[in-house]
Amino acid sequence: MNRELKELEKAIELIHAQAKEFGLDFFPVHFELCPADVIYTFGAYGMPTRFSHWSFGKAFYKMKLQYDYNLSRIYELVINNNPCYAFLLEGNSLIQNKLVIAHVYGHSDFFKNNYRFSSTHRQMVETMAIHAAKIREYEFKYGFREVEIFLDAALSIQEHIEPPGLASGKAEGDADKEEGAPPPATPYDDLWALDRKEATNDKNERNRKFPRHPQKDVLAFIMKHAVDLEEWQRDILAMLHEEMRYFWPQLETKILNEGWATYWHNRIMRSLDLNEDEAVEFARLHAMILQPGRMQINPYYVGFKILEDIERRWDKPSAEERERYGRAGEEGRQKIFEVRATETDISFLRNYLTKDLVEELDLYLYQKIDKEWVVVEKDWEKVRDGLVDRLVNCGFPYIVVADADYQRRGELYLLHKYEGLELDVPYLEKTLHHVYLLWGRPVHLETVLDGKPAVFSYDGKKNTRR
Amino acid sequence: MTIDFSLSREDWSLHRKGYLDQQRHKERVQEAIRKNLPQIIAEESIILADGKKVVKVPIRSLEEYRFRFNPYQGRFAGQGGGNTQKGDVLGREIGEGGVGKGPGAGDQPGVDYFEAEVSLEEIEELFFRDLKLPYLKDRQKHRMSFNDYEFREVRRHGLMGNLDKKRTILENLKRNCLHGLPRIGGIQPEDLRFKTWEDKIKPEVSAVVLAMMDTSGSMGNYEKYIARTFFFWAVRFLRTRYSQVEIVFIAHHTHAREVTEEEFFTKGESGGTRCSSAYRLALDLISQRYPPADYNIYPFHFSDGDNLPSDNETCMELVRELLKVCNIFGYGEIVNPYYRASTLMSALKKINDERLVTVAIKEKSDVYTALRQFFSEKGR
Repeated sequence: MNRELKELEKAIELIHAQAKEFGLDFFPVHFELCPADVIYTFGAYGMPTRFSHWSFGKAFYKMKLQYDYNLSRIYELVINNNPCYAFLLEGNSLIQNKLVIAHVYGHSDFFKNNYRFSSTHRQMVETMAIHAAKIREYEFKYGFREVEIFLDAALSIQEHIEPPGLASGKAEGDADKEEGAPPPATPYDDLWALDRKEATNDKNERNRKFPRHPQKDVLAFIMKHAVDLEEWQRDILAMLHEEMRYFWPQLETKILNEGWATYWHNRIMRSLDLNEDEAVEFARLHAMILQPGRMQINPYYVGFKILEDIERRWDKPSAEERERYGRAGEEGRQKIFEVRATETDISFLRNYLTKDLVEELDLYLYQKIDKEWVVVEKDWEKVRDGLVDRLVNCGFPYIVVADADYQRRGELYLLHKYEGLELDVPYLEKTLHHVYLLWGRPVHLETVLDGKPAVFSYDGKKNTRR
Repeated sequence: MTIDFSLSREDWSLHRKGYLDQQRHKERVQEAIRKNLPQIIAEESIILADGKKVVKVPIRSLEEYRFRFNPYQGRFAGQGGGNTQKGDVLGREIGEGGVGKGPGAGDQPGVDYFEAEVSLEEIEELFFRDLKLPYLKDRQKHRMSFNDYEFREVRRHGLMGNLDKKRTILENLKRNCLHGLPRIGGIQPEDLRFKTWEDKIKPEVSAVVLAMMDTSGSMGNYEKYIARTFFFWAVRFLRTRYSQVEIVFIAHHTHAREVTEEEFFTKGESGGTRCSSAYRLALDLISQRYPPADYNIYPFHFSDGDNLPSDNETCMELVRELLKVCNIFGYGEIVNPYYRASTLMSALKKINDERLVTVAIKEKSDVYTALRQFFSEKGR
C-alpha cells in the first residue's frame, strides 16, 4: 500500500473516532479512492452500478466538462447503503479528503437515523447491479433500440410515484383492491352477482370510476394496468419504480442532509489537530462550500446555518423562550440530533427558518419580468413560504391518474393538481408522446393555463388541446 | 473500537460506462442534427460564426421530456451576499425564442436544453450530401487545364534522387533471404527501386454566384438575414464542388450596383424597387468578366417581391436572357405577411423554363428547402 493510502487510512481512523465521540451513529463506510472521471460517472448515474442510458451519458459529459473547466467539483459522493460507499478523489490534497471523509460520516449518520430513510433499501448497490444486468439482457433479447425507446418513455414519468413510507396502510393496500376490481374467476361468475346488483343501483355501477380514487403513483398504475405491455416492459417499470423510491428521501432532505453533513465536517475538522497551513486550507474550502447561490439557494449553506442557529437557540434560549417554551438551555446538541431524525426539508424550513435567518442569509424571491430576472420579495415569511412551495413533491408537479377508462375507451386521463404554477406546455406535449407509448391508448392531461382548465391529448398521431 | 471502515483503490480503467453512454448520447446528437437540419442551418451562431470551426447549436429534441413547471414562470428563491433589495436585477435574458442564456451557463432555473458542439464540416457533410449541381455544363475543353503531378508508382529505373530507400532495402532483404541469408547488405543494382511520378490533369472548373438582393426600404433585417443564410450555404456548397467560386454582390433598389459583402448585408436603402436593374447589371457583368464558356453561372435573387408593376415585363425579358447563359436562375421571395400579392413572382412564373426556380420563403427554416430546390438533381 502506498503512502497516500496509508495517510488516508490514518485520517479515516482519526475522523471515525472523532465522529463516534460526537455521538454520530452511522453505517460502516467503505471508502474508495478513484480518478475524477469515475467519480463523475457515479455522480451522473446516482449509483455506480446503475443501468446504462444515454441521458446518464449526457449528465456525465456535462459534469466532466465543468470539472475540466474547473467550474464545479463534487465534494463528496456517498451512497445510502449498508455499508455506505463513499468516493474520494485521487489527486485531492489530504486536507480536502479529510473534509470529505468528515462530511461523509455526517451523511452516513443521517441515512441511518432520519425517519424518511427508515424504509429505504440498504442493499441498493447490489439491487441496482441486478437491474442493470437485467436491462442489458433485455437489450440483448429485444433489441437495443427497442429497450432504449422504452426507457426514454419510462424515465419521463419516473418522478410520479407514491413517496415511500407516507401512504397509510389503507391507501396502499385497499387502493389496489378497489381499483383492481379483480376479473371474475369464470366467465359466468358475474351472474351470481346479478341479483345483488339489481338490488343496489345499476346506474351507480355503470358510473363506477376506475381507478376509484385518483392515483398518485402514475408509474405503478401504468405498470399494473397498461394492457399491452410486455412482461419485460413491466419489469423495467418496476425496477425504475424501486430505484425512484430509493432516491426519493434524498430529494426530500437535500437541505437538511447537506446542512447536517456540513455542520459535522466543520465540527470534526475543528476538533482535529491541524497545523496552520491546513487550517487555512480548510477555512478556504469551507468558505467555498458555503457560497451563496444567487439564482438557486445553496443547500449546504442554508442547512448549515439553520442547524447552527437551532443549536444556539436551544443552548442559550432567550428569557421569552425559556418562559414560553420551557427551554432549559444547554440542549442545543440534543435538539439538532432530534431535528436530523424527524424533519424533512419542508418541515425543517417551516419550523426553523426564522426572520433573523432569512435576513442574515439575505434570502429573496425573484421572478422573470419581461427579459429580466428581478428580486421581487424580501419579506421573510413570504420568502420562507416561497422556498417551501418549490419543495412540495420534491419540486415536481403533482399529477394523478384520474381516470383509466376515459370516455369508456380505456384512455388514460391524468390530472395535474394545479397550485398556482403552470406546466411547461412544449414539454408536456412531448411527454404525452412518451405516456402514450407506455399506455398504448390515447392519453390526456388536464391542467390549468391562464386561470382556465386546459386538456392536452395525444392519440398517437397528433397533439390536441382544448 | 471496532474497525468498521475500509479504504481501497481499485483499477478503474475498465470502468467505461460513462464514456459508452456519452458515446450513445453523441450518436443521438448526430441523429438529431440530421433531423433538424432546416433549423440548424439557419442558426445565427453558424452564420455569424465568422470562420469559427466549431459552433454551438441548441438541440431541443434531445431534451429529456417530463412534466415540469414552466421554467419562466413563478418565483424562485435565491440568496445574495447581503443587502439585496427588491427590484435588483439578477440577470438578463439574451437571444430570442425563449432560449435563456443567463449570466453564466446553468445559472438559471430549469433551463435545460442541450447545446451541442458541432463542427461546420460535420453539418456540411450531412447537408451537402443531398445537394446536387443541376445543369452542369461541360466546359473543360475550353478551359485551360493545368498540370499536376503525383508520386504514385515504383519502378526499377529512375533518377537517383528519387530512390525509394525503404523498398530498396526490402528488395535486398528478400533477395538475400532467397539465398538463405536473412540480412541486409550487398545491395545490387537489381534491388534498386525508384519512385516515379505521373502527370495529372486537373480540370479547372469555376463558378460564379451572382448574389442579387433588393435593398429597398421594404427589406428589413430579417429579410437580409434570410438572404445571408442562403448565400452563406450556397457559396460553401459550390466551393465543395468547384475549384474556384467567385461571388459578386449586386444590391439594387431602382438602380443596381456592385457592392462589397459587408455593404450588401448591412446597408439598407430606401425607395422603390426595380428588379430589372439588377438583372441588367448581372448580364453586363457576365459579358464583361464571366464568359459563359468558362464559368458556371449561378444568379440568385432575393426580394420581397414588391416590384414596380411596370417593370415586370422588362424583368421577364432579362431573366430569359440570363437563362441562356446560366446554369440555373434562382429567385427567392421572402414572403411578407402584410403584402401577399407579389407581382414579380407571378410574372416570373409565366416563364416556362425549368431552370428558373422560384421559392417562397416564409420562415428561417425554409432556407433549407430553398437550397434543396435550387440544388436538386435536374438536367443530368
